[in-house]
Amino acid sequence: MSGLFRRLAPRTGAVIPFTIDGAPAEARAGDLLLAAILLHRRSLRRFEFGSGERAGYCLMGACQDCWVALADGRRVRACTTPVEPGMPVVTGVADG
Amino acid sequence: MAEPVVAIVGGGPAGLRAAQVLAEAGLRPLLLDEGHRAGGQIYRRPPAGAERPATELYGFEAGRARALHDLADALAPRIDHRPGTMVWGIAPREPVGFDLDCLGPAGHGRIPVDRLILATGAMDRTLPFPGWTLPGVFTLGAAQIALKAQGMAIGRRVALVGAGPLLPLVAHQYAKAGATIVAVLDVTPLGAKVAAAPRLAAMPATLAKGVWYTLRGALRGVPVRAGVRAVAVEGDRQVEALAWEDSRGRRHRVPCDAVGASFGLRSEAQAADLAGCRFVFDPLTRQWQPERSAEGRSSHAHVYLAGDGSGIGGADVAELQGARTALALLADLGRPRDAAREARLDRRLDRQAGFRAALEAAYPYPHHLVEGIADDEIVCRCEGITAGAIRRTATERDAREMNRLKALTRTGMGRCQGRVCGHAAAEILALTLTVPVEAVGRLRGQAPIKPIPLREPA
Amino acid sequence: MEHLTVDVAIIGGGTAACAAAVALREAGLTVALLEKRLCGAGASGVNFGGVRQQGRDLAELPLSRRARLLWDGLSAKLAEDVGFEATGHIKLARSDADMALLEAYARDAAGHGLDLQLMGPNALRAEMPWLGPAVVGASLSPTDGQANPRVVGPAFARLARRLGAEIREHAPVRHAAHDGTGFAVEAEGVSVRSRTLVNAAGAYGGAVAGWFGEAAPVAPLAPNMVVTEPLPHLVTRSIGVVGGDVYVRQTRRGNVVLGGGRGTADSVDGLARPVTATSLGAGARTLALIPDLAHAHVIRSWSGLDGEMPDHIPVIGPSATTPGLVHAFGFSGHGFQLGPVVGEILAELVTQGRSASPLHPFRIERFAEWRGPYRSDGEIEH
Repeated sequence: MSGLFRRLAPRTGAVIPFTIDGAPAEARAGDLLLAAILLHRRSLRRFEFGSGERAGYCLMGACQDCWVALADGRRVRACTTPVEPGMPVVTGVADG
Repeated sequence: MAEPVVAIVGGGPAGLRAAQVLAEAGLRPLLLDEGHRAGGQIYRRPPAGAERPATELYGFEAGRARALHDLADALAPRIDHRPGTMVWGIAPREPVGFDLDCLGPAGHGRIPVDRLILATGAMDRTLPFPGWTLPGVFTLGAAQIALKAQGMAIGRRVALVGAGPLLPLVAHQYAKAGATIVAVLDVTPLGAKVAAAPRLAAMPATLAKGVWYTLRGALRGVPVRAGVRAVAVEGDRQVEALAWEDSRGRRHRVPCDAVGASFGLRSEAQAADLAGCRFVFDPLTRQWQPERSAEGRSSHAHVYLAGDGSGIGGADVAELQGARTALALLADLGRPRDAAREARLDRRLDRQAGFRAALEAAYPYPHHLVEGIADDEIVCRCEGITAGAIRRTATERDAREMNRLKALTRTGMGRCQGRVCGHAAAEILALTLTVPVEAVGRLRGQAPIKPIPLREPA
Repeated sequence: MEHLTVDVAIIGGGTAACAAAVALREAGLTVALLEKRLCGAGASGVNFGGVRQQGRDLAELPLSRRARLLWDGLSAKLAEDVGFEATGHIKLARSDADMALLEAYARDAAGHGLDLQLMGPNALRAEMPWLGPAVVGASLSPTDGQANPRVVGPAFARLARRLGAEIREHAPVRHAAHDGTGFAVEAEGVSVRSRTLVNAAGAYGGAVAGWFGEAAPVAPLAPNMVVTEPLPHLVTRSIGVVGGDVYVRQTRRGNVVLGGGRGTADSVDGLARPVTATSLGAGARTLALIPDLAHAHVIRSWSGLDGEMPDHIPVIGPSATTPGLVHAFGFSGHGFQLGPVVGEILAELVTQGRSASPLHPFRIERFAEWRGPYRSDGEIEH
């Protein structure tokens, strides 16, 4: 399904391939990981203490809502982390 | 005698102007900034590869943004700029000064400094409303950053809700960038803005009541409303619609997939707390802030404060305070003083204080939203603590103060350390106890200011 | 200024003090408790949360065994979930010498009725495959566990209040004296007259004892604590090590709490703060034990002020100078598990002049001629 974010300013930079829950996805150089994921998906992660999902909140590194797990075990704050080629994002959230 | 080491925490308008003044005086200040590029949040610069023309990015603030970015570039060789560096701990040092615990691109580091200028900025002040934790609900600041730093809208159909000058500004910026806006809802009354208009006349265009009407013109056919009594995001897994109750009690609903909502600003003051600064309650913005003299001195002899991190004044005030604070620091170092420059800055700051009071009058605190928070509403979004749990803990478990509330309920105990929920939790606690909000105190800051890796980065 | 006249005045509002207030009310005595800040906000509220018998000084084991019985019923008694779970406490050996110490301790503990299970590397890895290679063996105490320290003290305070105790918070005690007929306690905003006085003043217990001509060398102690973000469940038991330089547990909600080493303590302003080097050191030692936590993030660190005795066991018992005065302080960083039972013991001392538990090792007189070394490197695991 379509993502939450909508790109308004066309970006001509390099294409950055990465994966979301194993599925291939593309971003552009200069995209932050949060934006890169939300161009494709509607959330970033599950909420630990309830049924909901989370997609970040403040985008300025303050609210800590957008911590995302990578398949290699790393955990990164998606709103302050630039997307890197091959980043294996694990949201744990079913797409759709 | 060696030059004193002065560290500036924060590379926004206040921090950059402070760095400029210190550099002009021949010092080489440290500028520690979490951002990858100086400019702060308000004039946030896109990452390399995502640049766009300033007029597109910042609208009528483009001139100021460009001036500040040019300043950052010009200062680069004259200061010790550490981008991407978070100060997460501040410990006193014997006999004077501090050790700053930093996490930067090279890992953890400990920097001894003699004096500190804290220019840590602000974030959106939030209040819970139904659906506010759904994915797709962001702060207004987040909506703006998505646009400025990434050239993106937070959704395909975006509703904006607010109680401050950021609301019409973001609405303008989104409309101009070609985003689809489906509603712009101000929870404060239009009457207040009209009443405050004469005093706001000299403010930047964004703040005058005229903007509000201009906005209506630009968003023809889109509801642009003030005096909104209640808002609720509808949706199961994601945002599906925004429902609201207008100033006359009529209910409306508009389908959307994203909402930007916040209600003013709150200071990011954890660093001042760890540095040992005394805090005072600001009745105008209903928050505790580090005590700051007109010249920018804190209660601590070696800590100086500037910008929104110690009192909400906006970007223009932050620039003035950054410069003024640096002058105070230089005076305390025994450097020759430029009395004329100090006086000029003091006059301009004085004038701005008048505008600020008018602005707060134009956007009065939305008490009706706090009163309407339902018991099952999540207040602490890190830990999932509800308003009902807060109210019960106040009445049944003797929680009369914020840190006790935190200890008993985990409110403010999560990853964000109460940045997001602390304000609302205090308002709810105070309302439950029928005491003034200042009587319940504030959450104490604890290191790390933001999460740090357990393992030191290699 | 408020004036109260009661049977028993209590200085201090930690768990032991509040539990004493409960037990004394249950015995029918009138009680006034004076706390300088908020009840349960000091050492008893900000500690690691270990409910542990294993590893204690053998002199403490009889008290700790008795305390353990109380923990099972504590949530029911307090009408509040204190988060107690008997996850077991496992003490890890990182060398053969460590293992020898664990074996010797297990034999001694058996004499006090505490059954510890020694585990070799194979058994240990079979149960806890996530332990790192640094661990060579362990001793498991299956009946030990963990609880939420933040709620226990305040819950005792509320129960005491419900039972009719006069609890005064933000009431630091300025002075106390015996005037021949009873005790006069002067606190901020309130003065109390009482027949009996309980000194449960923690790091300030020595100062209170000093008002009555008794020496008790209490040093401020600030255990250093760190907690991670909530993580998937991994650490099944509360973990300590021989030597006590790190201790780890994972809460029900998934946060991993780790302690070890000292923060800074200032008994003048009552502040205790974590120390960066200590926090990072505890993190590194934790990762050596549990490498799977390599990607975890720390979200908070803290410390709290406790009182530390030179021999690392508390002072519990009647005053040697002043009839009617009873002491309980200086728990040296491991008083959390003992708090509820010390409340009962204090009530026994007040109402009967003696306790069912052996208190001889804890008598204050042991410091009258104290010339011994000051042990500042002892285990402070809660």
